[in-house]
Amino acid sequence: MRKISQFILFLSFLSSCGNGDKADSGSDTSLAGEVRIDGSSTVYPITEAVAEDFGNENKGVVIAVAESGTGGGFKKFGRGEIDINDASRPIKSTEDSLCKTNNISYIELLVAFDGLAVVVNPQNDWCKDITVAELKMLWEPAAQGKITKWSQVRNGWPDQEIHLFGAGSQSGTFDYFTEAIVGISKASRGDYTASEDDNVLVQGIAGDKYALGFFGLAYFASNKDKLKLVAVNSGNGPVLPSVETVKNKSYTPLGRPLFIYVSSSAVKRPEVVAFTEYYLDQAAKLSEEVGYVPLSEDETKTEKEKFQAFVSGLQ
Amino acid sequence: MYKKEKFIEGLLATAAILTILTTVGIIWVLLSESFGFFRHVSLIDFLTDTQWTPLFADKHYGIMPLVSGTLLTTLIAIIIALPIGLTIAIYLNEYAPPSFRNIVKPLLEILAAVPTVVYGYFALTEVTPWLQQIYPEMAGFNALSAGIVMGIMIIPMISSLSEDALYAVPRSLRDASYGMGSTRFQTAFRVLVPAASSGIIVSVILAVSRAVGETMIVAIAAGQQPRLTFDPTVPIETITTYIVQVSMGDVARGTPEYQTIFAAGITLFVFTLILNNISIRIKKRFQQKYE
Repeated sequence: MRKISQFILFLSFLSSCGNGDKADSGSDTSLAGEVRIDGSSTVYPITEAVAEDFGNENKGVVIAVAESGTGGGFKKFGRGEIDINDASRPIKSTEDSLCKTNNISYIELLVAFDGLAVVVNPQNDWCKDITVAELKMLWEPAAQGKITKWSQVRNGWPDQEIHLFGAGSQSGTFDYFTEAIVGISKASRGDYTASEDDNVLVQGIAGDKYALGFFGLAYFASNKDKLKLVAVNSGNGPVLPSVETVKNKSYTPLGRPLFIYVSSSAVKRPEVVAFTEYYLDQAAKLSEEVGYVPLSEDETKTEKEKFQAFVSGLQ
Repeated sequence: MYKKEKFIEGLLATAAILTILTTVGIIWVLLSESFGFFRHVSLIDFLTDTQWTPLFADKHYGIMPLVSGTLLTTLIAIIIALPIGLTIAIYLNEYAPPSFRNIVKPLLEILAAVPTVVYGYFALTEVTPWLQQIYPEMAGFNALSAGIVMGIMIIPMISSLSEDALYAVPRSLRDASYGMGSTRFQTAFRVLVPAASSGIIVSVILAVSRAVGETMIVAIAAGQQPRLTFDPTVPIETITTYIVQVSMGDVARGTPEYQTIFAAGITLFVFTLILNNISIRIKKRFQQKYE
C-alpha cells in the first residue's frame, strides 16, 4: 500500500511538472501531497465519496482512506500517524490524553447524523412502539431459535411467528445496531433474513404482516408508503425517529452524530485545509446519498466557521 | 495426411481433456477449501446441528436448515412440474395433431429460455402477492412462490424428455394395445407411460437436479433465513442462496466464514452427483430393455 501511494505521488509529481506552466498562470490546482484518513466504518462512505470528488478536482492530492473503526482510528490519530479521524462518537478521555501526550490538538467537526429506523409492515396494528429492552431480548444471541413469536416479546402481541429482517453481519449498520441494542458490537442472533441489500429488507418487510426489521433512517424516507416506523422507548417514552429527533438526541440509542477530527499539525498543510473545507461543503449532499441524515445549511455554516477559527488560531 | 490427422485427433483429445480437467479442478478447490472448514467443524456437527449461523456471534454449522430449504423448494417445483409436464408430453405424443405439436413444442422450449432472474422477480412481485390474496398470513419471502415458479421453469425439461421417452416406445406395443381394443386413454396411461417409465423417471431426476442447483429464483423470492422447516409460507434459505449471499457480501477470504461456502458447495455437489448417477443407471437399464 505504502509503495503504491508513493508511486502515485511520483506520478502526480510527474503530472504536476507537465502542468507547470498552468500553475504559473495563477490557477489553484497546484495542491499536492497526501491526506491520511482512518476511523469509523460508518463515516467511511461519506469520507470515501468526498475523497473521490476532491481527488477528481485536485489530481495532485492523494487521499488515503482506511476504516479501522473509531477506536482504532483514534489510536493512530493520537500518535500523529493520520491527519483526520472519522468518528461515530465523541473522543474519549483516554484518547484525548494520548493526543495531549503527543502534543496534538484537534478540532471536532460534525458532518452528519446516523439514525436507524425500526420498521414493521403497514398492516401491523399492534406494534407501535418497542422498548430497548424488548429489542435486546429479540436480537441478542441468546434469542436465537428461542424468541420466535410476537407474543414472546410483549404480552398481548399476536401468537404468530415473527419474521426478522436486518443488515448483514459485514455492514456498519449491523455493528451499530448490535452495539446500541445488545451492548456488544456484532453480537446478534443469526436466524433472521440478513442482507447487505436494503432493497431486500424493504421487499421482505413490505410483503410480510409479521415482519420486523431495521435499517438506515434515510432509506426509510424513500419507502415511506410501504413500511411503518416503530417508536423506540429508551426509558423516556416512545420516540419516533425523524430528522428532528435524531438531531436533538431524543431518539436514542439508534440515533447518533458523526464527526471528523482534524489534527492541528495537519491543518498546517494547505491540502488538508482545502480537503476539510471541501468536505464540509459536500458533506450534506453526500451523506444523504449514502443514507444518513444531513446537516442543515445553518449547521454546516457553524461547522465551517468553527474550522476556520481553528485554522486561523494556529497561525 | 497422416500427420494432419494426428494433429486433429490431438486437438479433439485436448478439448475432451479440458472439460475433465475443469471438473477435476472444481472438485479439487471444493475439497481443499472445505478440508479447512472441516478441520474446525466436525462432520457430525455439520450434519446434525439444526442451526446454521456461521456469520453471527452464536456460531452453528448445521447444514440441515439449508438442505431442508433446498429440498422444500425442489419438492414444490416437482409437485407442480411433474403432472403438468407429463400431461403435456402425453398430449403432444398421443393426441395432438402434428401441426399443433410443431407449434407448441418450440413455444414450450421458450419457457426454458427465460432468464432465471426474470422468473425470480416474477415470483416475488407477481406470484407472492397473488398467493397472499388466498392466504394472507403468507410471508413476502417464502418457499411456495419460489417453488411454484421453479416448477414452471422445469416443465419443458420434463415434458420434452418424457415425450422423447414416450416416442421411443416401440410401435408394436402401441399397435398391440389398440389391437386389443384399448381406447386412446388406456393405451396412453396403461401401456405407454409404464413402458416409458424409466425415461420419465430420468427426466424427473434431471429436473430435480436442475431445481436443486437453481440459484436466482430462490435467492430473490425464497428469503435468506436458514431454518429447519417444511412450512412453505415462511422465509427459508437454500444452499445456493447462502453461497450467493456470502460471495456478494464482504466476508474476508480464507476465514472460516468464507470456507463455509465451500462446505455448502460440496454438499450441493454430492446431491447432484448422486442424482446424476441414478439417472445414468436408469437410462442404461432403459436402453437395454428395447434394443
